[in-house]
Amino acid sequence: MPLSDGGVAADGPVAVVSRLLTWSVVDGPGNRFVLFLQGCNYRCAACHNPHTMGLCDHCGLCVPGCPSGALTMKDGKVVHDPDVCINCDACLRVCPRHANPMVRHLSVADVLALLRENAAFLSGITVSGGEATLQLDFIAALFAAVKAAPDLRHLTCFIDSNGHLGADKWAKVLPVTDGVMADVKAFDPVRHRRLTRQGNVRPLASARLLAAAGKLYELRFLMIPGETDDADEIAALAAFVTELGLKTRVRLNAFQHHGVRGTALAWPKMSRQGVEAAAAALRAAGLQTVALPAVWLP
Amino acid sequence: MSDSLSQLRRITGDPTLNFRQKEHALAVAAENMLPYPPLDVETAAALDARLICDMYEGNAPYKPRYVLPDYEVVLKNGSAHLELPRPETLDEAINTLQIAYHHVPSVTGLPVFIGHLDALLLPFCDGVSDDDLYRKIKLFWRYIDRVLPDAFLHADIGPTDNRVARAILRVDAELKQIAPNLTFLYDPEVSGEDILRLCTDNIVACSKPHIANHPLHAAVFDAPGYGIVSCYNALPLGGGAATLSRVNLRKVAEASDSEADFLDVKLPRYVALAARLMRARVDHLFRRSGFFEGSFLVEEGWISRDRFTAMFGVFAMAEAVNHLQDLAGRPGRYGLDDAANAIGHRVSERLAELVAAEPMEHVWRGVAMLHAQAGLSNDAGTTPGVRIPYGSEPDPVTHVRALLPHHRHYLSGVSEILTLDETVRANPEAVFQLARGALRMGFREFTANVAGNDLVRVTGYMIRLSDVQAYNEGKTARTNTTSLGAEAAAQTPILNRRPRVVGLELAAGAGA
Repeated sequence: MPLSDGGVAADGPVAVVSRLLTWSVVDGPGNRFVLFLQGCNYRCAACHNPHTMGLCDHCGLCVPGCPSGALTMKDGKVVHDPDVCINCDACLRVCPRHANPMVRHLSVADVLALLRENAAFLSGITVSGGEATLQLDFIAALFAAVKAAPDLRHLTCFIDSNGHLGADKWAKVLPVTDGVMADVKAFDPVRHRRLTRQGNVRPLASARLLAAAGKLYELRFLMIPGETDDADEIAALAAFVTELGLKTRVRLNAFQHHGVRGTALAWPKMSRQGVEAAAAALRAAGLQTVALPAVWLP
Repeated sequence: MSDSLSQLRRITGDPTLNFRQKEHALAVAAENMLPYPPLDVETAAALDARLICDMYEGNAPYKPRYVLPDYEVVLKNGSAHLELPRPETLDEAINTLQIAYHHVPSVTGLPVFIGHLDALLLPFCDGVSDDDLYRKIKLFWRYIDRVLPDAFLHADIGPTDNRVARAILRVDAELKQIAPNLTFLYDPEVSGEDILRLCTDNIVACSKPHIANHPLHAAVFDAPGYGIVSCYNALPLGGGAATLSRVNLRKVAEASDSEADFLDVKLPRYVALAARLMRARVDHLFRRSGFFEGSFLVEEGWISRDRFTAMFGVFAMAEAVNHLQDLAGRPGRYGLDDAANAIGHRVSERLAELVAAEPMEHVWRGVAMLHAQAGLSNDAGTTPGVRIPYGSEPDPVTHVRALLPHHRHYLSGVSEILTLDETVRANPEAVFQLARGALRMGFREFTANVAGNDLVRVTGYMIRLSDVQAYNEGKTARTNTTSLGAEAAAQTPILNRRPRVVGLELAAGAGA
């Protein structure tokens, strides 16, 4: 199996990683080491990381536009040299597949080594994306290895997911997972399909399953003006969380233009006022923890 | 009118200085009309070219740069000179300290150290309720900020977790004042994580306290101990620092042909010249100024003549390393590239060797102490100490890991400031993780600014952004450091960088 599609190498599963961070304060509790895994099964117009959606098919369209010469074609494959790369992201802008030729391939051992280097500063690790759970075997192996390592087992293991994963698959990873941040993109099924090109039966089922397992750290809801900010959506969110348990932590995110490409750039940005009004409505409905964006961009 | 008279005239008519600030500026100007302590030609030339720098401390040093009295002396004995009885109650103890502060000199004219306040006040707290303690500390804090309004003024607390330290942290977060600056001395064996978490929560609220790695500092100093003062200088308690001179590493690198030339020829040369400069200044203070002969602080044992070190400062490490990289044709930049960082670590190691080999008469232990110096508000084109240049800082964890190997060499302090994005407010646990991790890995001190706080550090001292705004509009600043911050803000990119708000430190001749 070619490594660019992830998969299993001789010494275990290998992840296709779009980016990694040793400092993140917005991907779970405390400071988190974050792996953004490449590839997503949704095609949300509002995505703020659209370059994490696709996997490279080595078409080579990005190579001529690389100003530093970090990208070359070798044996029909796009090859990236990180030592030469100037991180200008020109390749991301020309890629027709929303892929990223700068991905790294990391084994479980690679990630454990990175965690050990940074462990003194970390509360835990979060795998995000893309849709992290598309590389579920890697996640399961990584988290199991963290839990088995005496010097790392204090780190909490979190997944950030769109919730499309089925129950049987969750069962593979939940025993080694401490918490999941799960999205519900919209409660109206038609709207959900319009926004993501997928239905919302699976994300709703995932949220219920995770809540029942005590693993739902946070339910995330992106407010988009004219779409998910309407009263019916907020009322449906309130009803859903009431069903899950009023203690469920809910995070309202506000649609912004940063990172967004294409048609969604024509959509208005979500106002602070609108998010705060929704938060007030949710609190009035009895929700105990409603988190809002930490920073409001002007 | 002569230039010097015009200068005095300008000070007396400056509408942005209050009368006390004018007095201080006039005194500095008058001192600088005197001849400089005798220097050899080579040293004088290096000083003129500012390869070495005397921090504009003044031409006739008549007081040590930093004085760290052992305030326990006056709390235990009272003071014959000040006609103060030994205090018996918490009110009397605080009142005694408030009086004492007015008699402690420093380069700024205001004390830079006001004591290990929890250790000093705890013996007076028996029978004082938590609520009373909180109220008294609050009044004390207000007094300090309003009467001694200088952000170089520094209080220490810790390493124990105790009532007074907690009351101080509570009041400090509530009042968000510029003064006093505050350091918690953290010892993982003694302090416990609860109070470290209180400290990091306070950082989120008001970018204070600074957290010092107590076991690392304690190992450097002897039994009377040390204090953290001014811009995070670690100095002997019951003494202080006679002087601080510094080497501009950027200029030394620019005078070098290669890394080898820098490390083997030019750096030794300019370290030697800076040492000569320091000896001349120290000699004047100890033998000509009469300070130690006429001081009741010495007579009553608040300070000892033999406990004053000399601080050997360096700055512009980043520019020096980048220049050496350019000479070698390598693109990697300081802070971001392993090879560049490794050069920096070699430079720090070399500096430590060289400074330890320069004997200094009168000075505590006979040699100066290396210090990563935070800058002056009129520095341009240089980055303070060993910091990573503004705007090119990596994430905080990478940042700490890049600078860590420097820390063991800077025995009198390494002024580093991490700037944290405002999103961290929603996740204070991350600040705790970062601080604990950095200290565990061997960071000598941990200091952070949270972007978006009105109260921010400008390389070690605190300013209010709203005060800078008012100052720029021509209103008189209540606090001394505002004008320094405004100067730094105008001359350096400190306020318009990405989150980091740091800059060049004090005004020439005004402070630390």
